Amino acid sequence: MTLKLGVPSKGRLMDDTFAWFGERGVKLGLSGGAREYAGRVEGADRVELVLLAAVEIPRELAAGRIHVGVTGIDMARERLARWDRQVAEVQRLGFGEAELVIAVPDFWVDVTTLDDLDQVATAFRALHGHRLRIATKYHRLVRGFLRDNEVSDYQLVDSQGATEGTVKNRQAEAIADIRTSGATLRDNHLRVLEDGRILSSEATLFETRASVWDGGARETWGGLQSRLGLA
Amino acid sequence: MTDKSDIRVEADRLRALFEARGAEVFETDILQPAGALLDLYGEDIRARAFTTHDPLRGEMMLRPDFTLPLVQRHVAEGRAEGSYTYAGEVFRRQEDDPDRDAEYLQVGYEIFGGEVAVEADAEVFAAFAEILAPLGLRPATGDIGLLRAAIEGLETSAARQAALMHHLWRPRRFRGLLNRYGQVTSAAEIPDADSGIEIGLRTRAEVAARLDVLEMERTVPPLDAEVVGLIDALLGIRGKAPNALSELREAASALPSILPAIELLAARFAALDALGVEVDALNFEVSYGRTTLEYYDGFVFGFFAGKRPDLPPVASGGRYDALSRAIGGADGRPAVGGVLRPGLMLGLGRGS
Repeated sequence: MTLKLGVPSKGRLMDDTFAWFGERGVKLGLSGGAREYAGRVEGADRVELVLLAAVEIPRELAAGRIHVGVTGIDMARERLARWDRQVAEVQRLGFGEAELVIAVPDFWVDVTTLDDLDQVATAFRALHGHRLRIATKYHRLVRGFLRDNEVSDYQLVDSQGATEGTVKNRQAEAIADIRTSGATLRDNHLRVLEDGRILSSEATLFETRASVWDGGARETWGGLQSRLGLA
Repeated sequence: MTDKSDIRVEADRLRALFEARGAEVFETDILQPAGALLDLYGEDIRARAFTTHDPLRGEMMLRPDFTLPLVQRHVAEGRAEGSYTYAGEVFRRQEDDPDRDAEYLQVGYEIFGGEVAVEADAEVFAAFAEILAPLGLRPATGDIGLLRAAIEGLETSAARQAALMHHLWRPRRFRGLLNRYGQVTSAAEIPDADSGIEIGLRTRAEVAARLDVLEMERTVPPLDAEVVGLIDALLGIRGKAPNALSELREAASALPSILPAIELLAARFAALDALGVEVDALNFEVSYGRTTLEYYDGFVFGFFAGKRPDLPPVASGGRYDALSRAIGGADGRPAVGGVLRPGLMLGLGRGS
């Protein structure tokens, strides 16, 4: 049985993943043209490359349709309930670093901590008649973080892109999003709360905990791991 | 695994028992508009309820409980008093525990109005105790009113009291507030409200107003360390009802603001006794219901299977006057009630 390796199908994350494997003597590549989502693996036998959107890799791992896969820690924890029972972290890959943070308008000089945010949310609700809105696509992670920190009177609004613009456009009062550098936040007049760091993420190699390891897949994975210097 | 049709028969039987106590049957839709639920319970309801989307009706939720639609109905009918019973499925998303049911039958009994609140409290609890008696469950009771009364008696600013009341059900934040109010406010520089570019719905005027509040906070004297200790001691009181009551009376010598709440509690115990509840053996905890039962603001109770600590409470309930007001405004009536889980009851034996 072949070992199915899921990797991101486009962009920087794909290039960095290919480079990481390449440096370790396993050459991943697209078969045929660049627009065809089929891959090939050189330097390792019985390994099948599966190209997937990074957000789908956690689900495919959990379902056992791929044995191992590369995706962000943020993706795995956002997409999978009790993620650590469904997948296991094998290796952090040292790229795709990002931090999920809560940010508020910079001119809110009265708000520097979650504690301030909680108090302001209560006052905001009393004045405006609705809860203070936080725009994000990381619903589960943000909700869990705010619940653990006992922040009340907020609501999440979904934002699948250009989240930094939602405050200016009055779709939200604050945001929770991935920041790679502080520049986008600054350009949009936003500032991260002092204790508003929800999660540090990077590209990570995960393996599934689903029972799909028979028929030689475990042995193939063992071989690939030593090849990659992981075993 | 108990058969679903058996559970339904049991649910109908239980509902009939409440009907026999004078309750009207209440029915409502399984699909409920999400807006009102979100407004009432906050973002946490999204983690607990199934949200679905209808292209015309917008965001809907599979009924997480009957309370909201029942209070809405009662308010809409403009009645002062009423008692209701219902039986039907409720739906709860389970993100963390696959062993808990995502769908189960719930039977409820709720009383609105009622001239003497403690008598309505006692009626609900006694009804549940009678039904559950054959199962040998462990009842737990509490009263959020005691902590509320203690906060009302604190010598501090109204803003600080309001913040403590707001976080009554969030023990860590509550604790953090108490600690902070026990300290002298640091003389950190209050920032200038004129910096930065104004964006979004919250205005610079709101920022300035909060800075004023923070400025005023500095003049509020810190809470006496002794008072913080007294509240901790109050929260720790637990035991059989008569012992808890005498401990509370002792605590009241230093916290006199809780005296009326203690008298209410004593009156409730008397009302329970009059309905045949064995008050001497009843467990009472001041902290009970502070973490799991948000919005209950007075009497709270639960029934637990002692031999099955893995199970959620078989029954739970309490007084929710504030919730009723939050939904109905000035028309919101004082309300007390609770729910039973017939599926769990059948698994444990059977109620009477």
